[in-house]
Amino acid sequence: MPSISKLTRRDFLALGAVAGGGLALGAWLPGQQRGSAADALQPGAFVRIDPDGSITIWMARADMGQGVRTSLPMIVADELDADWNRVEIIQADAHPNKYGGQMTVGSSSVRRGAWTRLRQAGATAREMLVTAAATQWGVATSSCRTEASEVIHVSSGRRLGYGALADAASKLPVPASPRLKEPSEFRLIGTRVPLVDTLAKLTGAAGFGIDARTPGMRFATVLRPPVFGGTFDGCDPAPALAIPGVSDVVEISSGIAVVADNTWAAFEGMRALEVNWHHGDFTMSSADLSAAFAKALESPGAEARKNGDAVAALSGSAKRIEAIYEAPLLSHATMEPMNCTADVRADRCEIWAPTQNPQGTQSIAMKITGLPAERVQVHITYLGCGWGRRSAMDFVEDAVETSKKIGNPVQVVRTREEDMRHDYYRQAGMCRFEAGLDAGGRVAALTCRVASTPIYGRALAVDGNGVDGIARSPYRFANFRVESHPVVTEIPIGYWRSVGPSQNTFFLECFVDEIAHAAGRDPVDLRRELLGDNTRARGVLDLAAEKVGWGTSLPAGRARGIAIVEDKDSIVAQVAEVSIENGEPKVHRVVAAGDFGQVIHPGIVEAQVSGSVIAGLGAALGEEIVLERGRVVSGNFRDYQMIRMAQAPVVEVHIVPSTGDPGSVGEPALPPIAPAVANALFTLTGTRIRKLPIRL
Amino acid sequence: MASITLTVNGHAHTVDLQPEMPLLWAIRDVIGLTGTKFGCGISQCGACTVHLDGQAVRSCRVQVADAEGRAITTIEGLSPDGSHPVQRAFAAEEVPQCGYCQSGQVMAAAALLASNGAPTDEDIDRAMERNLCRCGTYDRIRRAIHRAAKEG
Ligand code: FES
Ligand code: FES
Repeated sequence: MPSISKLTRRDFLALGAVAGGGLALGAWLPGQQRGSAADALQPGAFVRIDPDGSITIWMARADMGQGVRTSLPMIVADELDADWNRVEIIQADAHPNKYGGQMTVGSSSVRRGAWTRLRQAGATAREMLVTAAATQWGVATSSCRTEASEVIHVSSGRRLGYGALADAASKLPVPASPRLKEPSEFRLIGTRVPLVDTLAKLTGAAGFGIDARTPGMRFATVLRPPVFGGTFDGCDPAPALAIPGVSDVVEISSGIAVVADNTWAAFEGMRALEVNWHHGDFTMSSADLSAAFAKALESPGAEARKNGDAVAALSGSAKRIEAIYEAPLLSHATMEPMNCTADVRADRCEIWAPTQNPQGTQSIAMKITGLPAERVQVHITYLGCGWGRRSAMDFVEDAVETSKKIGNPVQVVRTREEDMRHDYYRQAGMCRFEAGLDAGGRVAALTCRVASTPIYGRALAVDGNGVDGIARSPYRFANFRVESHPVVTEIPIGYWRSVGPSQNTFFLECFVDEIAHAAGRDPVDLRRELLGDNTRARGVLDLAAEKVGWGTSLPAGRARGIAIVEDKDSIVAQVAEVSIENGEPKVHRVVAAGDFGQVIHPGIVEAQVSGSVIAGLGAALGEEIVLERGRVVSGNFRDYQMIRMAQAPVVEVHIVPSTGDPGSVGEPALPPIAPAVANALFTLTGTRIRKLPIRL
Repeated sequence: MASITLTVNGHAHTVDLQPEMPLLWAIRDVIGLTGTKFGCGISQCGACTVHLDGQAVRSCRVQVADAEGRAITTIEGLSPDGSHPVQRAFAAEEVPQCGYCQSGQVMAAAALLASNGAPTDEDIDRAMERNLCRCGTYDRIRRAIHRAAKEG
């Protein structure tokens, strides 16, 4: 039963004076600053009911394919008992305060506070409409019910539409504690309503960042120093300016912008540039990074997690096994390359950005232009994939600085090569495990030392992301010690879909498999034992094992591997059925079981799970960013092998029914697939894979 | 620069262009139809797929000079309202996630079905091999193509 006690009158405010009448409701959302009188007058109007009965819901997060344009309004509309067919959804612009936190990362749009707040917003408006109707009829509110944007007086059958009630409702006090529905009362939540933007995406009408157009707009691209930490010492713009259509070559803080009539001319101009680079001191190649990790692992790291006394338990154990694992840098390789459109004028700035960080976009533009927030308008476009890449600000800075320099609206688009060579890469890491088994084949101790490149090169004692997925896992290890070795380099590192568990679940879940084999135990049985009192995780593990038929026979040459992760309030287990074809792993079937708490839209969950499996499979089988003397060699999709149609397995998704608070949906299904495949390959070949991407 | 006439979705556009400009950029930046997407520029992702005389081509690798005098169809011209059988099937299967690759996927699938009314899984693998989807919508694309073949 959701708590409603924390809702105070200050949480929701009716904004009576809507042009044309009607009821508008603002709400305080998680992450929103509050307190000042000015703020109190300006809460986010995110649901509005007009006298004609139309309902508008503002969606302030960024949609990058995870379906929040549909799922967040569904939550409001369900509690409101709105007629979904008459709901209009508007993508909100960035605002420092109006909508609460708009940062769309870490699968956070539905989970945690947002779920309850969105429900309360709908329930508040509903209660005000019911009160307005009951007052008009002179009946008790308890004798009324609501359905499809109507209040119905149950005994008399009288009905009033929300539109007719909106004005009266807007004059009522905001209820302090509206009743939230019991899960059994949900009408929209848990159903497969058609996604609101499917048709736009199938007709080319959906406007991505790269599709922004504004009168007089120029097209540009930016060339950055190829070596991380490098700078440039001027360039001869003449060869670029000689390309037909190129009008300007300007220096901005990240590199050199070439401005033209069209994107292609800008790209050609960039390719023609002759630049004097200072390559700086950073000369690492991929092998050097591995060597730096290996060296770090020789000495104890900072303690990241401790249960019991792992060191003593290890020395007293009957059998010890150890192993070293490694995972490479990865690119986000979003299908839409980094881009942003900006129109900077003396007194205002307008931005069209495919950004996961609308408020960060606004503040960086304020910094560059010196304009106040109310003069910097940020439109959130569709995002051609996000995966965390679009929470960084580099592509926004490029556009705002270039527009400011040339005094003209401009769209800055990266070539794929510049996009891949100047990403904020997934952390690379290496880790050394040691496990002690007792005489009965049970895990007596586990130690793990992880070397990782911290996100944004932060100088940390413990790299929390770098150990996430090991230090925090579904298992209950009694004697357990995790150490962290942050290895800071010039390589830009950022958030990559599922973050730490994307590599650490591979490490841990393969090593758990090694333990099972060393102990002569079945990998599912051993996991059940290690999960201990984590009954939720055991339920998910059992569901995956049952649905795949764990232990039943397979055609010759095929094997199964299993892995599980607990991440961001959700739990996912996957079993992969794998064979080897032409010397390459071939994944035939993936059975995924997940507990995501209350599911808002099962279709979105299934799509996110199967998409996450494809993403994790790419990282397992082919993706790798290769460094050479301080620069990234991989430059386009030829050098960065993602999953294509023929490699895509059938993914069966099984969801544990739950009315618990919603957990993450966009990320936790990514980490288990790589270890599931590697574990299956061990059964097939007898050789343990300890490094990604998998090379047989 | 040369004066080039491009026939896009049945409309003739006469524009001054470098003859070697890729068709993709003429469509997007000059003619102003933005449904066709840029992903790689080297024929590796299929985001830029359009039809040239009914054949699926990567518009990032077709020079405008070579497209002159031929019928160019972009996603905007496939159907007036999203009612092409492939679009209907993609909608019924809720294929898109972020949607960025989808114009290219739909155009590639439509060209496949125009030449092969009942494609097998292997036919689909082959025809769709060059269309990347970072969101991993492949299983639904496959289902949608089979559905479009059946429902026409
Ligand atoms: S942009 Fe043409 S195939 Fe990628
Ligand atoms: S739907 Fe996002 S790349 Fe295909």
